Order: sequence, then structure tokens, then C-alpha cells
Amino acid sequence: MNKNRFFFDHYGLTEHDLERYLAAAFSAGGDYADLYFEYLSSTSLMVDESMVKSASQGISAGCGVRVISGERTGYAYTDDLSAERILHAARTAALIASGPAKTPSVGFQEKAARCLYPVTLPSVDAEITAKVELVMRADQAARAYDPRIKEVRASYADELRNILVVGSDGTFAEDSQPLARLNVACIAKTEGNSARGSAGGGGRVALDFFFGEKTPEYFAKEASRQAVLQLDAREAPAGEMEVVLGPGWPGVLLHEAVGHGLEADFNRKQTSAFAGLIGKRVASEKCTVVDNGTMPWRRGSLNVDDEGNATQDTVLIEKGILKGYLSDKLSAKLMGMANTGNGRRESYEHIPMPRMTNTYMLAGQDDPQDIVRSVKRGVYAVNFGGGQVDITNGKFVFSASEAYLIEDGQITAPIKGATLIGNGPDVLTRVSMVGNDLRLDEGVGTCGKDGQAVPVGVGIPTIKIDRLTVGGTAKKEIGGFMQ
Amino acid sequence: MSSTQLETGNQKLETDLRELAQDIVRGAMAGGATAAECVVREGDEFSTLVRLGQVETLKEAGSRAIGVRVFNGKRAASTYSSDFSREGLDRMVKSALELAKITSEDPFGGIPEASQLGSLSGDLDLYSADVYSLPAEERISYARRAEKAALDYDPRIKNSEGGSFDAATGHKVLANSHGFVGEYRRSYCSVAAVPIARNENGTMQRDYWFSVARNLGRLESPEHVGTVAAQRTLRRLGARKGKTAHVPVVLDPLVAASMLDHIFEGVNGDSVYRGASFLAGKLGEKIAGESVTVIDDGTMVGGFGTSPFDGEGIPTRRTVVIENGVLKSYLLNTYTAKKLGLQTTGNASRGLAGTPGIGPGNYFLQPGTKTPQQIISEIKDGLYLTEFLGHGANLVTGDYSRGASGMWIVGGELAYPVEEITVAGNLKEMFFNISEIGNDLEFRGAMACPTIRIEGLTVGGE
Repeated sequence: MNKNRFFFDHYGLTEHDLERYLAAAFSAGGDYADLYFEYLSSTSLMVDESMVKSASQGISAGCGVRVISGERTGYAYTDDLSAERILHAARTAALIASGPAKTPSVGFQEKAARCLYPVTLPSVDAEITAKVELVMRADQAARAYDPRIKEVRASYADELRNILVVGSDGTFAEDSQPLARLNVACIAKTEGNSARGSAGGGGRVALDFFFGEKTPEYFAKEASRQAVLQLDAREAPAGEMEVVLGPGWPGVLLHEAVGHGLEADFNRKQTSAFAGLIGKRVASEKCTVVDNGTMPWRRGSLNVDDEGNATQDTVLIEKGILKGYLSDKLSAKLMGMANTGNGRRESYEHIPMPRMTNTYMLAGQDDPQDIVRSVKRGVYAVNFGGGQVDITNGKFVFSASEAYLIEDGQITAPIKGATLIGNGPDVLTRVSMVGNDLRLDEGVGTCGKDGQAVPVGVGIPTIKIDRLTVGGTAKKEIGGFMQ
Repeated sequence: MSSTQLETGNQKLETDLRELAQDIVRGAMAGGATAAECVVREGDEFSTLVRLGQVETLKEAGSRAIGVRVFNGKRAASTYSSDFSREGLDRMVKSALELAKITSEDPFGGIPEASQLGSLSGDLDLYSADVYSLPAEERISYARRAEKAALDYDPRIKNSEGGSFDAATGHKVLANSHGFVGEYRRSYCSVAAVPIARNENGTMQRDYWFSVARNLGRLESPEHVGTVAAQRTLRRLGARKGKTAHVPVVLDPLVAASMLDHIFEGVNGDSVYRGASFLAGKLGEKIAGESVTVIDDGTMVGGFGTSPFDGEGIPTRRTVVIENGVLKSYLLNTYTAKKLGLQTTGNASRGLAGTPGIGPGNYFLQPGTKTPQQIISEIKDGLYLTEFLGHGANLVTGDYSRGASGMWIVGGELAYPVEEITVAGNLKEMFFNISEIGNDLEFRGAMACPTIRIEGLTVGGE
């Protein structure tokens, strides 16, 4: 990690300034106050019809001030980092409290820095040419895959986020967080038929990632393969059936079915279907689910969360038993539990809250092929769009974008995209087999909660769910699926 | 960069945003651009959430940002910044000019013709300073009253995600190198409640209701909002899993609006020219039932989707998208119109960066004559949908599959709540299968739809 003092160097900020701002935030008392400085620079490129049609770069900077008093949070922000505007924001946030002024503790303690991701200082001119090369190569590879690929859109986006978090409890944390993503979307067309495919990936990686580990050709082929495959997709079945999920991105199941329901704010407020279930069985013995923010270069990873705490590897479900929640400073304090370092926010304009990082299920013992062979009639889903959950009643959905029928233990025809729907607190109790092939997703996930988007990762080995509702259009018949 | 320079930036901002936008355009042209466009946005927001009677969050802030799009012949690029210092602005323009050297020549690129530019005249009633007129205590009280009405409605409502009151104002300026400069202000306020009801067996349900308006006077009372939220939540209690069936489905206005959104995405010029829409190439063809007429109107006084000009400086207008089931017009910006050999419909939407997209004005399905109750009463066995979960619409193929919940209709009555079901079909057929349209059109956003009845969907459940 580069040990620069970004905001000190670029904005002439001093520790004395920070203490002054925190004192203003405490001008009407309160239990805790913090400042979140952010400087975000981003680049994006898009190729459509084999032309680089758009290129953009931008800078957004600001400071958010939060004051907590009991269960109350006051928040204000400014995109002007002058002392005058930050003090104004601090006094505005302070209005949440109504006591005499308090003095924040003097002296900041900086925690030992971790380095989960590389930070290469952008050498803009040299890099932009390389980025253009990436999207053009993706376009060409997708078109070369099959003559039926008619439309290709390839995009590349990256950002570097510099943050500084200081708190009235002495918190002092800085981080430089890179994030990059390459994406390819294409459409395959035949006489009277068309289908789409998309693939992408990245993480908190430098540009060379896309020239070595995961090339534009890799993502382009995957997107094209999906589009061509979907040309022949049959109608998906409707109703309850056995479902096998492939490894990797289908881990979005965990994110929706259990992850959100285990965020501490919902449980503090008793609004989650998982409230009060700690120590209880919420999954089959074969299921152990973790949220791990400490994986090198992963999209959902962070050296420190947006409240300045080190992220960690947190066990959510161990051998089927619910072990814990994902917390931030406020929920940890109010619930008397440990802070798991999951306080995240979209930007300086937003109040932090408990969020996931990389959420996945640990590998089991089963051979993935045995899992498929064990299914008489069901669905094998390997790729998904997104998902959604109602954390109060526990109902969640996730939408398969690549799936197949399983008939007598064999994967047969591809089926059209279908939504899968289930109930969070009991879907994992129906997991009867867990594969030995844990995989994480390629790095495309963005999670939305209360209007705030943050990058996340998911992962899962091949698993079998004995019963899940599949939302297709085909009528089910005894002995098979009617076409 | 130092803080001194940032302060200089402030003074600049306070002089005049119109002047600033024009200045940036002039700077880009002086730097070698063949055309340029600048957008400046500033806004204020206030929000408060009250939960179980106590203030939980109070947020107040203002922000601003600027973006520039430049053309180097047929090559385009854009940059944006929240740094209004002279140095920050210069760097933004310089970066855009540099970027416009590496993009491709696109024969259809460019800003609109000078003759197309303009702004609607007259008061569109989009801005009312009264959204901020309430003292802080009153605003909190709006949120508190909405939640209280929900909590007081029924003893089974014991918990809540809160009541909220939000207000915001925005100011937008657009200038380009044809000499166009326009600006408008918009305001908005809303009150909402999200109660949670609990059954004897401990299962919980949550729902919500809200009111949104451009001025405080038109906002529904917090008590009304809280009461409706409570009723919507209570009717979900005791929900069972629906059965797998082919039955008529009635969509309440909020979920029906999301269905109408798929038509919007389908006629979006960007999807159309790439053949990425199930409606591409269908202009003049019948794509929906006889009773289906869909309008996009960016000119409605006081509307949530109204503005005097679009994201490229084209005056907004009224466009008939579908008339009696026949597709009459796509929704286009300058680029997509050129690609398709058509005229822009004034639907450009412009963020700070990137190429302009397509956005709706006030976009709605023409209402029918029956009340929602009449529509429901005509169904023996069917589903009344009140919520969608997930986003399972494939605009390329029209394949459609989403999670849902609602009420089962038995003998013309809403009999019992159902959940954990899916609804699937194909959009190409679904719009032909709209058999009833209610009379209950009401705008709660830029898109609005009355209650509709659709035949032939597959309901997936047990």
C-alpha cells in the first residue's frame, strides 16, 4: 500500500483541522462523530458497432460528516473541501444531538495497514491506449466466435477511490481502493430469432490483470457462447422441482437468501426474517457460509471498511447453525456485539450501514457430477442475472440467464431464462449435496440497499436444492416437461 | 490543488451557472473542439426517518457537479468534475479534448442542429420553494405522523421501518456551442411509511405507501399515507404459497407501471437501432391490443417527467408511442434518431458523463372506464398482483419471468394473500393479452399506469 497522505498532501489538511471539524460535529454533544473524505477518479470506455463511441473521465470529491446520538444519526456532506464548508456540514450534522458540546478524544490512532490490492498510480496517457485496446479486442473476439454474433458492446470502467476516515474515538484510516471491470454484451441473431449473452469481470486489480489472467478474449468468448446457446433454448418449466446450482456466480443465492437478512441493522430493528435465530438451524449440516472482506484483489474486498475498521472473515452459518450477523459501528454498539468491519457506503453522500463484502459457501465433499446424476428431473442453473429479497418475509428471487434441464441424471436442453423464488430462512435447509468445487464469481456484482450501490463478490460450490420454485412458462406433465 | 483555489471556485459558482456553462463551452471550442456541450447541476436534499416515534436519521446537504462533452470532428468524449476551482475546470476541459483524440469517428455523432434547439415557454410549475418552507420540527413531524398512523391502525402492526419525509430541489443548466443556453429548477417532496405486521405465529410482512409532489400543498396527508401503508401490509398477513396455474392476472397500478416500463425499454432508440429490442422494426405494426394507447408527454404542467428541454437542448414534446395497439413512434435522442433515419422525439437524457441516453417524459397508458373493483369482480379464479420481486425481463427476446406476490381472486373477490410465486410469459404476447384497463390512472412518478388485466400468463408456485 502506498503510504501517501492523500488529503493532507492535496488539500493541505492537518490533524488540527480534523480535530476542529470533529469538535464542530460534537457542538451539541453526541456519542460518536466521524468524517469521511473521498476523492474518486474514474474512467470508462465503450465500444459499440466496433467503434469506440464513448470515453469519459471524471472526478468527484467530498466529505461526509456523521454524528450519532443514541440511536439517532445526523448526516451532512459537502463536495467543497474548504474548512468553511466542512465546518458548516459538521454543525448541520450536529443538530441531531441536543446536549452540551463535547470534546472528541485527542490524538488519532492509525491501525496497521493491510494491502489486499495493488495501487498503481494512473499514468493516464499510456493507460488509456491500453484500455482502448482491451475493448477493441473484446469486440473482435466476440464477433470472431460465431457469425451469428451480430451486435457487440464492450465496456471498460475503472476507478481509484482515496478515502480518509477519522472518528471521535481516535479512528484514523486511509485507503486507496482501485476497482476495474471489463464487460462484454452481445446479441446472436438468426432468421427470426435472437438471444443475448453477457460476461465480464475484474476486481480491485491493475490494468495488467486484463492482459494476463482474464483477457478480453476470455470474457468475449463467454458472452458469445451464452448468446449462441440461448438461440436454441426451450421453455423453462414452472413449479417446484429439484435445482442444481453450478459453482461461482450462482452464489448470488446466498447473497439474497441469507446475506441481506443477516445484516445487523435489520436484526437490531427486528425487521428481518432471521431476527432471533442465532444458534438455530437455518441450513443443512453441509452448509457453512462466510462473508470475507480480506481476500486479495477481490471486488468485494477492502483493507478497511468505510468506518475505518479492518474487514474480516466472518462465519455467518457454520454447519447449518446461524452464528452471527454483519455489523457496523452503530449496530455493534447498540446490539452489544462485535464489529465485523462491514460498515460500508456508496460515497461521501451516504450514511454507512452493514453491507456484505465477498459472501460464499465453503466447499463440501460431493463430486459435482454425482450431484447432477442424482437428479431425476430438475434444473441445472449456471449463470444468473441479479436477484432481490424482501428481508421481512424472507422471500427472495434470482434470475437464471443460463440453465439446462436435467432428465434422468443427464444435463439435456438449455432452457430460457427463468426466475427462481424461495424463502431465505429455509432454502438452505433443503441443500442435500455440496460440491468440492467452490468458485468465486468473476467480479461483476453490485449490491443495492436503501439506494446505495457497493461492489460485492459471491461464490458457491455446485449444490443441490431438493425443492425450489422455478418460474418458467412450460406446463408440467407427469413424466417430463411438455414443450 | 490547494484550498485557496477551491475557494476561488466558489466565487465563480456564485456568479452565475449560465455564465459558467457558456464559459466552459467557449473554453472547449478555443481548445480545438468542433462542438461542445456543458451541463451544470446543483441541488439540495433533506431527508428524515422516524422509527417507532424517534428520529433515526436526519440528513441535509447540497451538492453540485459539472460535465462537458466535446466533439473532435466525429469523435466524442466527455468528462465531469465536482471540483469547481479554475484549475479543476481547466483540467476537465483539457481531459475531454485529449480523450476525444482516442475515440472512433462515428458518422452519426454530433450535437443537435441549431434549428432544433429551444425551450418550452411559460410556467411549467416544476419548482416550488415551499418544499423547504417547513421548519425542521415540522418536517420530522410529517414523518412521525405517517408512521404513527400506520402503527395506530391495527394492533398487529407493532414494528416499522419508519416514516420518512424527503425534500429536494435541483437546478440544471445546459449550454452548447450553437449558442443554446437553458436552465430550469425542479422541486420535490415526499412522505412515506413502511410498517411491519406480525401474525400470531410470528411471521412478518412489510409493505409501504407514499405520496410525492412538486410542492407541499399537493402532498397527501401523512395520516392518509400511513393508513394506506397499514392496509397494504395487513392484507399480506397469512400469505400462502400460490399454486402453479394459468389464470387471468390483474396488476395493481404500481406493478402495472413496471410492465409499461418494458414497452419504454422496448421503444428506446438505443435498443432499437441495435436490434436489441423485441419491438425493433415494428413501427406501424400492431404490437398490443386495440385498447392500448401509450403516450409520452414531457410538456405536462407540474408533471414529474416534465422539463422545458431535454438533455440535448431540444424542446420536450408529446409523442404517441402506441395508438390503439399500433406502434406509432420510438422514443429517440439525436444520435439514435440519426441512426434510424428519424427525427428526435426530445427524449435525450443527459447525465454528467457519457453519451446521452433516452429518458421518459410523463409516460403513461391511456386509462379505460372500469374501476379496479369491477375488473376484479369479473374474475372467478385469478391473481391480483401487488408486488414484483427481481428483474426477469429479457428485452431482446421478450421472455419474461419474475417473482411476485399478491392476492388470489376467488369468485370476483380478493380471497387470500399469496407469495413466493412467479409470473412468466412473453412480452410480445402480453401486450396483446391486456384485456382490461382501469380508470385509475394516477401519477406517482414519471411513469404511470392504471390497473390492467392480462390473460395467458403462467403462475408458478406449488
